[in-house]
Amino acid sequence: MAILEIQNVTKVFEDNLVVDNISLNINQGEFFTLLGPSGCGKTTLLRMIAGFTRPDSGKILLDGIDITDLPPEKRPLHTIFQSYALFPHMSVFDNVAFSLKMAKWDKSKIVSQVAELLDDVKLTKFAKRYPHELSGGQRQRVAIARALVDRPRLLLLDEPLSALDARLRGHMHVELVKLQEETGVTFIYVTHDQSEALALSSRIAVMNLGNVEQLDKPQEVYSKPNTYFVADFLGKCNLLPAKVIAIKANRITLCVADILEFELEMDSLNNITVGQSGWYSIRPEKVKAKRREPEDAELFFAKAIVHGYYYYGEGTLYIFMLENGTKVQAMLANYKTEQASFFEDNAQVMLSFDPQAGSFIAR
Amino acid sequence: MQTSKISKSMLICGISGFLFLYIPLIVVVLFSFNDSRVNVGWVGFTLKWYKVLFTDKELIQAAVNSLGIAFISSLISVVLGTLAGVSLHKYKVPLLSSLIMVPVAAPELLVGVSLLLFFILINFTLGLASIVLAHSAFCISFVAIAVRTRMHGMDDSILDAARDLGASPFKTFFLILLPTIFPGVVAGGLMAFTLSIDDFIITFFTAGPGSTTLPLAIYSMLKMGVTPEINAVSTVIIVFTLALTTIASKISPQLFK
Repeated sequence: MAILEIQNVTKVFEDNLVVDNISLNINQGEFFTLLGPSGCGKTTLLRMIAGFTRPDSGKILLDGIDITDLPPEKRPLHTIFQSYALFPHMSVFDNVAFSLKMAKWDKSKIVSQVAELLDDVKLTKFAKRYPHELSGGQRQRVAIARALVDRPRLLLLDEPLSALDARLRGHMHVELVKLQEETGVTFIYVTHDQSEALALSSRIAVMNLGNVEQLDKPQEVYSKPNTYFVADFLGKCNLLPAKVIAIKANRITLCVADILEFELEMDSLNNITVGQSGWYSIRPEKVKAKRREPEDAELFFAKAIVHGYYYYGEGTLYIFMLENGTKVQAMLANYKTEQASFFEDNAQVMLSFDPQAGSFIAR
Repeated sequence: MQTSKISKSMLICGISGFLFLYIPLIVVVLFSFNDSRVNVGWVGFTLKWYKVLFTDKELIQAAVNSLGIAFISSLISVVLGTLAGVSLHKYKVPLLSSLIMVPVAAPELLVGVSLLLFFILINFTLGLASIVLAHSAFCISFVAIAVRTRMHGMDDSILDAARDLGASPFKTFFLILLPTIFPGVVAGGLMAFTLSIDDFIITFFTAGPGSTTLPLAIYSMLKMGVTPEINAVSTVIIVFTLALTTIASKISPQLFK
């Protein structure tokens, strides 16, 4: 069931269309992510949900009730800010207790509720400290406790981990998912970090230039991108020029990079016609390379030579060149060798991949 | 060691700079304890000029006027200056933020004359009230600048956070904004107080009969020469001003950097 409904929301800032007629539903208990580059409108959309910015047109419904015109203090949801926005003149306890005091809870109930939340985020010992006496990770946890203390309907998170170092960020990913599962609160998470979005979310809305380009589960968004932008934004991707040369039942035949031809099974053939051009997108890790042709009838093969490689630790990214000069990237897992490369430059190899592992993006 | 790095010539320059500033003040303070009618040569230690001072009814009335004016005008400028400083930070109107500097930068003589003309124009009786208004007019700028400086170092999202957590705009102002900028407010208020109590030129133009302030009283006493009594009252003012600026710098150190 939809907890939040965004209906045709538009926002213009100084002739700049920041959010362009967006409609989407967010379900109860979801970990929903708005993913996009800076300036794509994701933060503006979040601020409109929180009530700091008023949409120029459209409606926002929470539990079926129109909250478009409600001020932020009247909305049963909280935000975790990028800077954490802890009150510097208040102790950890008073920071966490703030929303309960505003809602005029009994003193004894406030004390026990705050104690419970501080225990949840393992900060009981720090209740009397002030924000400037805490580390970045501890401040982050105070912000989380403060936002969850009165069990809001929604929790909005505005790039909350961007100020932390990579190791602490990985640790917080685990904590956030755990916290979301335990509390059952619906999370709306804003980030520009695609790997973070893929790891945390139950669904992702990929945004660009004020529009939602694709809204789906992480694995769908990653392996079946709808648009060139989505394919390119979510990590490394081969985007090879492609043309539809035949349609038969639910299968299309593609001519990729002028020299490769294979069939592709499609979920739907909407708006696809013979002669249509676009791209065939396939992730580098789905492309294999061998010195000789392997015996697997499911796979598609292409001759190539090694053009260069980058050592990434867990894998090595190869740039291969097809016979007509088209470049194809392949990420090969470094599963045994201590060497940086399996192949030397200009070596002849046979690329192979399952056509179904990629997708056709119409122009 | 830090001190060993400072060259001797630098040290001499520094010390002579301070001496240049403070010797006149030290002379005034010393002669206020001198047991002689004239300010020539040291005769002996006495406190009698302070006794004369504290029995001079006119001078005490002037001091009471000065304190009262300083108190009320700094109160007015704290309230209005804080609101001005907050708004300047929030709305960032380009012309307005330079206009706020005008009362600080404009020559006092000019401000005094224009205020006088203004009060005459609107038929406002010159007296304590006109002095309070005149002082408030230029003190507001000082408070506004102090508050704006303080807000510059503040994370604006704490105001959004307060609203988000259920505080009305009114509560956000008093529970979150005011405590955060409080050092700037106090420092601005103390600055306003000292400026008001010290002011001569603007007061001179906007004062009426029966509204003599301490600086005006001292000026009229000077017509009979610099007496030890003036030294004594100057010493009191020096100590008072020094105390206030020390408090202000303790509360808001970055303002004095």
